[in-house]
Amino acid sequence: MKLDRTAYLTLALSLGVPVALALLNQTTEVGSALHIPTYVVALAGKYLCYAMLALAVDLVWGFAGILSLGHAAFFALGGYAMGMYLMRQIGTRGVYGNAELPDFMVFLGWHELPWYWQGSQWFPFAVAMALIVPGVLAMGFGWLAFRSRVTGVYLSIITQALTYALLLAFFRNDMGFGGNNGMTDFKDILGLNVQADSTRSALMVISALCLCVQYLVARFVVQSRFGKVLIAVRNTESRTRFLGYRPEAYKLVVWTLSAVMAGIGGALYVPQVGIINPSEFAPANSIEAVIWVAVGGRGTLSGAILGAVAVNFGKTWFTGMLPDYWLYALGALFIFVTLFLPKGIMGLFAKRAAKPVAVLEVAE
Amino acid sequence: MRRLLAFLMIAAVSLASGPSKADPVDDAVTALSSGSFDSVHEGVGQLVASGSPRAAAIIGSLQNGKLYFRPDHTLFIKQDDGTYVGALTGTPAEAGAVKPVKVNNAIRGAMDAALGALRLFSPDAATRMTAAEAVFHAADPAALPALTKALEKEADPAVKVRMQQARAAVVLASPDGAEADRVAAVGVLRARGDIDARGFLASLSDQPPAVAAAITSALTAIDRLAQIWSVGQSIYYGLSLGSVLLLAAAGLAITFGVMGVINMAHGEMVMIGAYTTFVVQQFMRAHTPGLYGASLLFAVPLAFMVSGSIGIVIERTLIRWLYGRPLETLLATWGLSLVLQQAVRTIFGANNQDVDTPPWMSGATALGGLTLTWNRMYIILFSAVVLAGLMAALRYTSLGLRMRAVTQNRRMAAAMGIRTPWIDALTFGLGSGIAGMAGVALSQIDNVSPNLGQSYIIDSFMVVVFGGVGNLWGTTLGALTLGIVNKFLEPVAGAVVAKIVVLVLLILFIQRRPRGMFPLKGRAVES
Amino acid sequence: MTETQTLPGDTLLYLGGVTVSFDGFRALNALSLVLEKGEMRAVIGPNGAGKTTMMDVITGKTRPDTGKVMFGVNTDLTQLDEPAIAALGIGRKFQKPTVFEPHTVWDNILLALAGDRKPRFSLWAKETAEERTRIESVLETVRMKDQRHRLGGDLSHGQKQWLEIGMLLAQEPQLLLVDEPVAGMTDAETEQTAELLREINKTRSVVVVEHDMAFVRALDVKVTVLHEGSVLSEGSIDNVSADPRVVEVYLGR
Repeated sequence: MKLDRTAYLTLALSLGVPVALALLNQTTEVGSALHIPTYVVALAGKYLCYAMLALAVDLVWGFAGILSLGHAAFFALGGYAMGMYLMRQIGTRGVYGNAELPDFMVFLGWHELPWYWQGSQWFPFAVAMALIVPGVLAMGFGWLAFRSRVTGVYLSIITQALTYALLLAFFRNDMGFGGNNGMTDFKDILGLNVQADSTRSALMVISALCLCVQYLVARFVVQSRFGKVLIAVRNTESRTRFLGYRPEAYKLVVWTLSAVMAGIGGALYVPQVGIINPSEFAPANSIEAVIWVAVGGRGTLSGAILGAVAVNFGKTWFTGMLPDYWLYALGALFIFVTLFLPKGIMGLFAKRAAKPVAVLEVAE
Repeated sequence: MRRLLAFLMIAAVSLASGPSKADPVDDAVTALSSGSFDSVHEGVGQLVASGSPRAAAIIGSLQNGKLYFRPDHTLFIKQDDGTYVGALTGTPAEAGAVKPVKVNNAIRGAMDAALGALRLFSPDAATRMTAAEAVFHAADPAALPALTKALEKEADPAVKVRMQQARAAVVLASPDGAEADRVAAVGVLRARGDIDARGFLASLSDQPPAVAAAITSALTAIDRLAQIWSVGQSIYYGLSLGSVLLLAAAGLAITFGVMGVINMAHGEMVMIGAYTTFVVQQFMRAHTPGLYGASLLFAVPLAFMVSGSIGIVIERTLIRWLYGRPLETLLATWGLSLVLQQAVRTIFGANNQDVDTPPWMSGATALGGLTLTWNRMYIILFSAVVLAGLMAALRYTSLGLRMRAVTQNRRMAAAMGIRTPWIDALTFGLGSGIAGMAGVALSQIDNVSPNLGQSYIIDSFMVVVFGGVGNLWGTTLGALTLGIVNKFLEPVAGAVVAKIVVLVLLILFIQRRPRGMFPLKGRAVES
Repeated sequence: MTETQTLPGDTLLYLGGVTVSFDGFRALNALSLVLEKGEMRAVIGPNGAGKTTMMDVITGKTRPDTGKVMFGVNTDLTQLDEPAIAALGIGRKFQKPTVFEPHTVWDNILLALAGDRKPRFSLWAKETAEERTRIESVLETVRMKDQRHRLGGDLSHGQKQWLEIGMLLAQEPQLLLVDEPVAGMTDAETEQTAELLREINKTRSVVVVEHDMAFVRALDVKVTVLHEGSVLSEGSIDNVSADPRVVEVYLGR
């Protein structure tokens, strides 16, 4: 795999900044000029998880031309898998003090764990589920969709319907995932207090490492011959078919990989924000993730990370300073980027002569 | 006691119509003025059965303790001013030494039934109808003679049917009577076939075998009928939901189906239509309260114009730069939808706004076993009218012709001198305007809030894609199918699960038939 | 079916009674056509005669309502989808030149090279020396050695046509289906293309759909004239040009 300057810079920033923040948070005293408050660490951790989601979206949208309006569903499923583990760690410290059942189940009058909660108390099992559940769902969905050649906006609309259906399903108490309120009030992860500064710093650095690994994996995939086929599929799907490729197989592989990447992001997100609820499935979340990618630069991978961090930084700032105007700003950003900045921020930096990872153009 | 009473009343009636040619009114007066409870009791029944026009007045005064008698078997009614009138004549009369007619509980009961029965003779058909229904529910055998008499005189066929049903109930409730009559009565109630008839039949016990068999078979028949009605009711609810979906999707069928523009702000066009209704109502309440009842009639064209103009502005400023880039259009219009929602939130606040339903749209009517609510009925009609108007506009107007020309072959249309950009804007405006009209309808059944449109956008796209893009009939059938399927699943699975099931079914359907139920075929599709 | 058994052993492609309808419109109407191994065939006909639909049927894009489509003696093409048919050795050039615009000329050829098409393979595939030699030789054939680093999207119309033919060659098919290869080309380019196709025809069978009569004449091969979804006339270019029916529906317009 060839790494260019952009790649090295992306890796250095994605890992360096979080490590620096963590060190400053851990080694300096509160009040010191260099001290990084814990809320900044938590925020940075959140951004890194969003960056993983953005990377996942870019992999399918930027390279295979699949505009997913439901990727937050995979993110949320990963999050729920981790949330289940965290709920089980609460044990007798819950409001009802039930060692076995999470509070919301006691509240609903349930007497035993549903079968799909079995094993969730083991961390490796939870991690495995955070990968497997989004992956299997994506594989099933993709197998059906790609095989029947659902493409373009039709695919986008059914991905949105998928996350919408999940949203409605997870709102139901009967689902056994805490209904409307979801899961929160987590205590421990691997025996460490999730609220502790050190745990937060560690989780953030782990998120940064995961992001870098995902970036490298994604880069490997798009630079391989597999990636060339993907770009060819995005450009003219029918042509690849007449060359003897099966675009559905390629899409299915990258789609499933992307869902797993999003799931990892979600699994790391939940312990850092301390809550997971059905609103994570809202179609708006998935579309927001798409705009992160568009802002950063579709089909560049580095741009997805940049866009996720930049837009979410903007969101934090706006909702703090001018809460009523955030939606105006976000809406305007959608319009501005699509009309005036089709190649995103990365497009501003890209030199004409430089060979981009993928040339941006419309797939249709 | 009841049995005795019934016996007495039947006896009275048979007496009255029997060989004794004595005037039944005289017999009743004699009984009432006899001074014994039993006779008075009997007299009340005789009076009702006599069909005397004064019967109601006499029994009413007896109830109030104003009925007096003289030993010579003459009855008087005491007026509030202390004077007397003749009970049978109603004219002032010299009473002399009179005693009040005394009553006991048994007689009070008989009087209530008698008054009810008397209303069976009211000159007003509606009153007779209510009375017959009351007799049906009471199923008091005591009412039989009066009912029989009333049936003989009844001219109104609807009231007559109701009375026959009441009679059947009475016949079945009374302990005796010929088996053939009872079986016939079961038949009458089986023909009535509603929940009351079923309840009454199910409550009967200790019937002779032939009657019991008739009841069992009647219950089965009624249950089957009820099932059919409930299917009908589900279809009605489904049609009503379907027409809501159709209204929301009809505009999208134009912008997405005909123009190929993915307008994620389509729901906001609907929302703006709903807020237009709100503003129109506020304005009319303040300035033209006399016309307030017709506010929706003003709101419909206004919503069309407001949403339509906004649509034209959107097309000219945003969409036209993005033709041929569907995914980008999707993102930009999504952004636009956020801005529009937030703008409405800034202007009107985030809370739900009250939009009134005019009186002529409230209420419900029954059709057989169906309950048809007026607002839903009007929405079904409205969506049919909108659809018909839209199809007519596309087919018969010159604008429609040019629209079709541009969508079929843009370059050729341009070469023929059609100003294609202007047609694009108008087409988009038309689709948006229809969304606005949908908003007026939705304001009647949904909360008018900035999020109104969002809840319809996914459904609308599903409808258009399900029906087959570019095909209004497909959209119609798609909307109605989805509505009906949803409403049939709801009782089985609950509203949320029904919705999820429908979504999943749609996802699977689109994967089987990516171009919907009625796909366009041929080479034109490929380009 | 008995038809296939009676076919001579050197038949490469057989279409028998193929009918395709779109919404009542018959794009192909009981079309029959036999192509021998090593043959080059020119297919002409007015717009809407069914030329492109015929290509669609052969390559598996469109399934016929009725009729047989056999490749070789015993492969029923109607049962296969596009990738499977491509893997059998049928390559197709589209009417509108279709190359991968984001990829370089080199990568376009690389992706077209005959070989394993599975994701599992392509994920780990490294460019081998053997592959490089094959790409060089294809570039040589289509005279695009100097263009190897240019992006597909930056090529001129004629260059795209050649690149697409080059991709077809890289597939190493037994049969090439070429749809309007000289549309939009200069006379000199047309000349070169005819030469190129004749060169290709030395080792492979070719079906060329073309409107340009000069080009068809230059190819000097058997011509099939389609009209309203069926074969109107078949024979040498001179024969069909003289056929009054052909003159009426096509040439004489």
